[in-house]
Amino acid sequence: MTPIPAPPIAWNALLPILVLAGTAMLVLLADLLPPRESKQHLGALALAGIIAALVIALVRWGTDVCGFRDMVRLDGYALFFDIVIAYAAALVVLLSMDYLRRRGAESGEYYALVLFAACGMMLLASAGDLIIVFLGIELMSLSLYVLAGLFKSRRQSSEASMKYFLLGVFASAFLLYGIALLFGAAGSTNFERVAAAAARNPHDTLLLIGVALLLVGFGFKISSVPFHMWAPDVYEGAPTSVTALIATGSKAAAFAALIRFLTTALRPLQPDWTALLWILAALSMTVGNVVAIAQTNLKRMLAYSSIAHVGYMLVGLVAGGPQGTSAILFYLFAYVFTTAGTFGVLTLCERTGGTPEPDGDGAVDVREYAGLGRRSPALAFALTFFLLSLVGIPPLAGFFGKFYLFGAAVRAGYVWLAVIAVLNSAVAAYYYLRVVVYMYMREPEGAAATLAPSFAGGLALAIAFIGIVLLGVMPAPFVELAQVAVAPLLR
Amino acid sequence: MSFLFAGVVAAALLGIPHLLAPRRLTPVKMEPFECGKDPIEIAEGRFPMKFSTVGILFILFDIEMIFIWPWAVMYLQLGWFGFLEMLVFLAVLMLGFLYIVRKGGLEWE
Repeated sequence: MTPIPAPPIAWNALLPILVLAGTAMLVLLADLLPPRESKQHLGALALAGIIAALVIALVRWGTDVCGFRDMVRLDGYALFFDIVIAYAAALVVLLSMDYLRRRGAESGEYYALVLFAACGMMLLASAGDLIIVFLGIELMSLSLYVLAGLFKSRRQSSEASMKYFLLGVFASAFLLYGIALLFGAAGSTNFERVAAAAARNPHDTLLLIGVALLLVGFGFKISSVPFHMWAPDVYEGAPTSVTALIATGSKAAAFAALIRFLTTALRPLQPDWTALLWILAALSMTVGNVVAIAQTNLKRMLAYSSIAHVGYMLVGLVAGGPQGTSAILFYLFAYVFTTAGTFGVLTLCERTGGTPEPDGDGAVDVREYAGLGRRSPALAFALTFFLLSLVGIPPLAGFFGKFYLFGAAVRAGYVWLAVIAVLNSAVAAYYYLRVVVYMYMREPEGAAATLAPSFAGGLALAIAFIGIVLLGVMPAPFVELAQVAVAPLLR
Repeated sequence: MSFLFAGVVAAALLGIPHLLAPRRLTPVKMEPFECGKDPIEIAEGRFPMKFSTVGILFILFDIEMIFIWPWAVMYLQLGWFGFLEMLVFLAVLMLGFLYIVRKGGLEWE
């Protein structure tokens, strides 16, 4: 019997992911034990696992480990995204604990699936090989498909799950076909070997078609125009806490893989993909912002606004270089806090009056927020700050994120793109500030949202709030972190 | 070049009939089978979702055999290490079984 040589298992390179996966399985097992009525302790267990992963990522900062024949790489870049994803997952778990109980949809599987989705996201961040990119995207997406359909008896939720699944699988097929063609062109799926092949023959037809298909797949996952059709329906139908995860974590992770793939594997093709992304960025910003104006449903509005934010982040990718790339990382960090906070307020606002839906959604119509400033000042104050950060008002995180992104674009010579981005930010102010106007300057008519008190939710909002203020007041250390993180990519 | 040619041919095959062919839809033509008999129900039939759960569980425990069979064949060569490894594997599998039972996966009604 001749033994088959197995590749050495580099536990180190997977440490945060393994902790999360282990916690997810523990959550599933703990779900079998009493107390079976309440699931709060499972949320706490999931949170403990996420914090452990976060601590590991912070402790390992500055190290660089490769494993599994360079398929997985836990360098500063991956660790930065691990931290971002851990924050996103932690905020989502905190927001979910009371939200799910009120909706009567508490389950241990929910927390386990959130953790598995976070595993997939972290795997994407440390992918050094297209196969791992695919694996990470599938692990993340499959969990999110199920989570989107969590409210089983609610039609919109099932519809969101089905739409997300069908379109997501379609996009995965594009991605996989792209990987296959790229493998045909380069003879390997490893980023570095793809880079070598691309440098030898940059305009190989097979390579270019493969890259185009891959960009379609990625475009779907980050929901950039014209691959954004799923976003509004899924954001609206999915439970609000799940929407927060889709909007923050999955976007950050897909960007993580996209940036690493483009800047390491496809650096020889930079002029080509830059031209392509220029168009995607301009389209995403414009379509996202213009369509968001017409929305009265807050979740749909935030979906279109997230499409616009993807456009801003693509501006950084077009600008390229250490400045543009690190600006995206900083922006994503700020975006995670801001968006999680905004959706957090939505989970805490409940619809009153009319027929109460046991598993329906909270208040999502902008009119229901009329007079919130008087009924629950703290919540209205927090939502105002989150929305101002999304607009990009100076002392908050969103401003510096945009400042660095657009600054990098101008410095790289993409003045027109920066102009489009700034004009779009001005358009965006309209629909974000409209919510603020409703909260402070309109009298409630008919059904109005009320506050559902929740300690965990309040804690999540507090963390997100501190996050956006901290990133806005002293951005320098975080920008430095982002610059250190992108250094290994741009060697 | 051949890609282009294939694309043109495929587009032509789909497009030309679309433009030229007359289209008169009658109720009979719209039926799934034009055999003169009215369909009674959906061709695939309907069955309860419960079967799908049971089907998945069956596959899970069926796949287990793929691992146990070669182990049983090589039992003597693998020795104590193989025996303990298989015990660990079966323990994990039993945990999954426990999970199914506690979650009511095997309750029919």
